[in-house]
Amino acid sequence: MEKVLMKGNEIIGEAAIRSGCKLFFGYPITPSTEVIEYLSAQFPKVGGTVVQAEDEIGAINMCYGAACTGNRVMTASSSPGVSLKQEGLSYSAAVGLPMVVVNVNRCGPGLGGLGPAQSDYFQSTKGGGHGDYRLIVLAPSKAQELYDYTMEAFDLADKYRNPVLILSDGFLGQTMEPVVLKERPEAPAFDRSWVVDGAKGREKRVLASYSLTNEIGEANNLKWEAKYKHIQEQEQRWEEFHTEDAEYLLVSYGTTGRICKSTVLNARAKGIKLGLIRPITLWPYPEKAFIPYKEKVKGIVTVELNTGQMIEDVKLAVECKVPVHLYRRQGGMLPTEDEILDFVENKFNLSAVEEV
Amino acid sequence: MEKIFGRSKGLTDVPFSFCPGCTHGIIMRLIAEVLEELDIIEDTIGVSPVGCAGFSQDFFSCDFVGAAHGRAQAVGTGIKRSLPDKIVFTYQGDGDIAAIGTQHAIHTAARGEKITSIMVNNAIFGMTGGQMAPTTLEGMKTSTSPYGRNIGTNGYPIDLPKLVANLEGAVYVASVSVDSPKNINQAKKAIKKAFQVQQAGLGFAFVSVLSTCPTNWGLTPSDSMKWLRENMMPVYELGELKVAEEVKSL
Amino acid sequence: MMDKVILAGFGGQGVMFLGKVLAYAGMSSDLELCWIPSYGPEMRGGTANCSVILSDEEINSPVIAYADAAIVLNKPAYDKFAPRVKPGGVLVVNSSLAKLDNVRDDITIVEIPATDMANELGNTSIANMVCLGALLPSLKLVDLAKVEKAMGKLTKKKPELLETNINAIKKGISFVNC
Repeated sequence: MEKVLMKGNEIIGEAAIRSGCKLFFGYPITPSTEVIEYLSAQFPKVGGTVVQAEDEIGAINMCYGAACTGNRVMTASSSPGVSLKQEGLSYSAAVGLPMVVVNVNRCGPGLGGLGPAQSDYFQSTKGGGHGDYRLIVLAPSKAQELYDYTMEAFDLADKYRNPVLILSDGFLGQTMEPVVLKERPEAPAFDRSWVVDGAKGREKRVLASYSLTNEIGEANNLKWEAKYKHIQEQEQRWEEFHTEDAEYLLVSYGTTGRICKSTVLNARAKGIKLGLIRPITLWPYPEKAFIPYKEKVKGIVTVELNTGQMIEDVKLAVECKVPVHLYRRQGGMLPTEDEILDFVENKFNLSAVEEV
Repeated sequence: MEKIFGRSKGLTDVPFSFCPGCTHGIIMRLIAEVLEELDIIEDTIGVSPVGCAGFSQDFFSCDFVGAAHGRAQAVGTGIKRSLPDKIVFTYQGDGDIAAIGTQHAIHTAARGEKITSIMVNNAIFGMTGGQMAPTTLEGMKTSTSPYGRNIGTNGYPIDLPKLVANLEGAVYVASVSVDSPKNINQAKKAIKKAFQVQQAGLGFAFVSVLSTCPTNWGLTPSDSMKWLRENMMPVYELGELKVAEEVKSL
Repeated sequence: MMDKVILAGFGGQGVMFLGKVLAYAGMSSDLELCWIPSYGPEMRGGTANCSVILSDEEINSPVIAYADAAIVLNKPAYDKFAPRVKPGGVLVVNSSLAKLDNVRDDITIVEIPATDMANELGNTSIANMVCLGALLPSLKLVDLAKVEKAMGKLTKKKPELLETNINAIKKGISFVNC
């Protein structure tokens, strides 16, 4: 299988091509721009179309239109740009449109900076726009996962008729790592019974989200709620790292998720029984991952690049049966593995067990 | 006996629900007749906006997509880029296309997007109950300009077709009215041409239709027609504002 | 085994390219690796830096607190990154453009007049390659053969650069070996 060395953002573009996506609508913003640049160069070779829209609002609504036709479509942006897309995402969720949206998270609020951050966790996982809806959110932690999860995202979007968000960050987007360009098994058959492509020999179809009466409105909300519950039951994904005998757990995703693996290994070398749960789906949040540990471990630390956002979901998952602490860096800073370990040792008074 | 007039196949059986004297029904009928005459009902996807024009999704017999407020042309762009062989049109009010959707109105035209946009201009926000629109005339009273549109504080009305006609990618731009049988015939010709332009893949086609809103203007249907002629027509020049060379030979 | 390397200099000195040579050398021998640029406003003028991690096992944390080795192509880069080399590590300094002060005695410092040597070779822009040569003997996971292979790929579009670059690298190696 072909192995390439590419920037994280380019890998996403390549995965889109290999997923059969031929439509991309976007607007440049650092640190996500290589996605639209890569596809602008590559799509013409495979009959794909890139439109550089007037703004992020235009781009997401172009995705909305294209998704209505049942063809695979993608957009990519970074935090401030993703804020502009929220209205369109709400509409897309309401109509039930499959699409893949990439957020190469930079730090905020406001214009913020270009460094890696996880400050868009709430926006990504709690809806983001108006109304009661959810996006499926996948959190890669290295280039190979940017490739694999992007492919997975298209299948999930089609399966559930729901937008899927890839939550990357400025570090993952700009870093080059080797990636094996795995072929993906053929996507499951796609139900086209709802798409809008001209009413030839059939009744006309309308894809819209206005509910004329409150009764219709509630019925729609109940329908979506059932879909989200089903996704929560079926699609929770996470990775466990040295958890079996863990007395303490780190919980972290994305770039910090992989940094925490080094923390775990360094802790183990010191005799500290530390493990890691790395959420892969941020929505649905992998609550199931915590079931074996919530009665067992002595403490949990979430490691985040924000003021403490995912920690709320961890507390809910362990039903406050375990003390949960936050270690965070912000504004584009990344922690080192040893800074995290120092925090764990101090928080749980573990320096005594050192040097076993 | 020969039947010389009937409901166009481009419309569904759903009866129009517009206020008495509103011209939306006339404009939709004209579009439906054009779709039927060009035999493109089954190949067409319409995009409806937010506002009274949004009801269009129920009345046309072709496929439809409902867009967020102002976004119809971006949505139409997405559909057309995905299905280049289909016919895509947006049906939008002046508030939708010339205020919240202005960026799309400019850039869809600039890109020469091969879609057709119809703007229904009644100089007011109708659905929300008669607020000032970008097209509201100087001195015109609305619920958000109760003392009349003041140019000093509210600025000037936007003549969108004139603006769009300046852009290279817009190959056909017309401003029409449906206040009289003669003007209705002119309007239909313009709408038809705007769809033929798309069929030929020539570029962006735009038709602005002057329309009434008796309810929010506070006038009877017939007085509304008079008001449109006396007040809107002098501001919004009628006619084919732009016919590119390649369109002339159609 | 792991080589964590920081590369720094002025924009235009070929810092990113230097990193890419190391990265592709890692690719050609099937190593795990990360090439991490500084990006954004940092790219526009001022100092440029990137770092490369080469490893024969999975790379978990890609964050380099302290590097095994570094190449600094000018004085500002020396000031910024000399403290980031771990004790026992190697620092290659382009001494044509950096007069050293606060010299650390817990790391190996290789002072090489790379810009002068590059000028002698007739191409001032290959000082980065001279420095790479000076660093190569200190790296655990790549050697000249792997770099030559990588360079072949990187200069495919400008084959004339292959020999120029490899020559410069060899000059750097022999400077250290003398």
